[in-house]
Amino acid sequence: MLSIKNLHASIEGTPILRGINLEVKAGEVHAIMGPNGSGKSTLASVLAGREEYEVTEGEVIFQGKELLDLSPEDRAREGVFLAFQYPIEIPGVSTTNFLRTALNQVREYKGLEPLDAVKFLSLMKEKMALVEIDQKLLSRSLNEGFSGGEKKRNEIFQMAMLEPVLSILDETDSGLDIDALRIVSNGVNKLKSEKTATIVVTHYQRLLDYIVPDFVHVLYKGRIVKSGTKELALELEEKGYDWIKEEVDSTATV
Amino acid sequence: MSTLTQQEFVLGLFEAAPATYTSLRQFGKESFYAQGLPSLKAEEYKFTPIAKKLESSLTDFSPAKPVKISAEQVRSAVFAGFEGAVLVFSNGQYLPELSTSVEGISVRLLTENEATPLGTIAKAEKDPFIALNQATFLDGIHISLEKNLAVETPILLLQFHQAQRGQVISPRIWIEAGDFSKATFIDYHISLDNAPYFVNKVVEIKGGIHTDLTYHSLQQEHNQVIEVSNLVTDIQKDSQFTSTQITLSGDMVRNNLTLNLLGSNSVGNMYGIYLLNGKTHVDNHTQVDHTIPHAESNELYKGILADQSRGVFNGKIFVRQIAQKTNAFQQNNNILLSEDAIINTKPQLEIWADDVKCSHGCTVGQLDEEALFYLQARGIDKITAKGLLLYAFAGEVLDKIEVDSLRNHIVEKIQERLGSKF
Repeated sequence: MLSIKNLHASIEGTPILRGINLEVKAGEVHAIMGPNGSGKSTLASVLAGREEYEVTEGEVIFQGKELLDLSPEDRAREGVFLAFQYPIEIPGVSTTNFLRTALNQVREYKGLEPLDAVKFLSLMKEKMALVEIDQKLLSRSLNEGFSGGEKKRNEIFQMAMLEPVLSILDETDSGLDIDALRIVSNGVNKLKSEKTATIVVTHYQRLLDYIVPDFVHVLYKGRIVKSGTKELALELEEKGYDWIKEEVDSTATV
Repeated sequence: MSTLTQQEFVLGLFEAAPATYTSLRQFGKESFYAQGLPSLKAEEYKFTPIAKKLESSLTDFSPAKPVKISAEQVRSAVFAGFEGAVLVFSNGQYLPELSTSVEGISVRLLTENEATPLGTIAKAEKDPFIALNQATFLDGIHISLEKNLAVETPILLLQFHQAQRGQVISPRIWIEAGDFSKATFIDYHISLDNAPYFVNKVVEIKGGIHTDLTYHSLQQEHNQVIEVSNLVTDIQKDSQFTSTQITLSGDMVRNNLTLNLLGSNSVGNMYGIYLLNGKTHVDNHTQVDHTIPHAESNELYKGILADQSRGVFNGKIFVRQIAQKTNAFQQNNNILLSEDAIINTKPQLEIWADDVKCSHGCTVGQLDEEALFYLQARGIDKITAKGLLLYAFAGEVLDKIEVDSLRNHIVEKIQERLGSKF
């Protein structure tokens, strides 16, 4: 589904990603872990099409298409979804209005009829239950004055509405208490299918107790330096990242 | 500019002035000459070189006579879904045969009602353009609301403008509202051609006690129009007055809005949106004078400026020493969409009382790129996303417009301008 080859990206001339290779197949959950500043969020942003990052080398093929050639909106319409680490507050735009615009543009791209107000609302009701989000919250301005947990739930709610093929969760666990973490993870798990894939970017192993990964990759200095199964995450939780840094840094100096 | 040029400028206007309100006109003329057209050194017109603009754009300084308007033109100009009375004007001249009447409201020509105390609220000695209008207006309208009259549907003042290059249109409107009356006016200018003409409008509103008046003004004439508009109102005890000023086009537009809070427990609201592109220059000068204790003023103007457009906002709040317990709030927010757009914004508070709540704030910024990316990342194209964000920015003011048909019309115009449907 997703094939990242030798991906290099920089911001304002500073290289952040230095050759990422990653293969993701339908039905899989991949966790990207790593110390702060290793490039985890950059990878998520580059995949979603954030303009500040300049891709200097490499390619990303998503369902047979060169993803990097697409605008952010076309990536979303093709089925890439980024759950933001810091969801943006937009005063004056209600979540409902925003999502209807988004959903209908995605449908138009796919050659589908727009949803009318009635169908849209019933779809919303169905998906709201998934993430236990309140309708009152959705009629308010997008994320404005939402708590950290509410914002993250709103991200997963949007994901449920847009039904992406590839979901990238960028530190979705940050700032969540254990109840919110459970609700958000449940939502993600219910949305998983044979046809979709999930990339979970996280610093901590905690989230992976709820969203169990098939593969765990450790990112350090812009490269994937170690890959394994969920046991690798447990090992990282126990031992921290220092042993990996040492391992990598010593090889690099040789 | 020398005084001599200014005299030559307006000579044709003075000569063509009708023989009505003669002493009033004489005073207007004297006041005009005493003040002269404002030079760039005049603090009040510092950022808006209106005299220079008039001099370079106008060649034939004469009054524009009314032109024929058809019922069909009226029908197609009224907003979709509008319900209410329509008063039709051609170049400032009221056309009763095309207008609808409202029970309890008397509508008369100014020239047929010379007892109208013009100039007692909008004072000629305060502004040269008020003076010029007073000296040279052809005719205007006197609208009078009966005591206790509540008009639930809005009254549309449909102002058709059609003039030759350089001609001057001088609308003059006098509204007096009896005690306990309530009404909403919509002042809507429509240009019928593209000639560069000058509109010099004066609106005076004399409210009784316990009145509730709203005056919406929509400027969407063509981009050759030069306009100066003065709206002055006296707000009495227990009354509320609300103004919204929406400006979407024009060459150079200057709006002076003056609210005099004269009775306790009165409220003055001033709202505005300017959505500008091309080289349009729009200057909103507002002034609210708190002369008594326990009154309130609220002001919110929002600007979106693209291309090489230029905006000026100047909001004056006077709180006199006696005006204790005043609440006065002012806010002006701007988004610049291009590097060439300019905004000059200046809050100006003079507070002499010591027990008041006043706040003011100006912001100038760009479109929030993070928010834009967020919307795009959900599948919304960039133009629609921009439109959504700008609409949300202006929304706070649009929400103040309670007339659905007017608000929908403005939303449609904004969508057209931003090139997006949402």
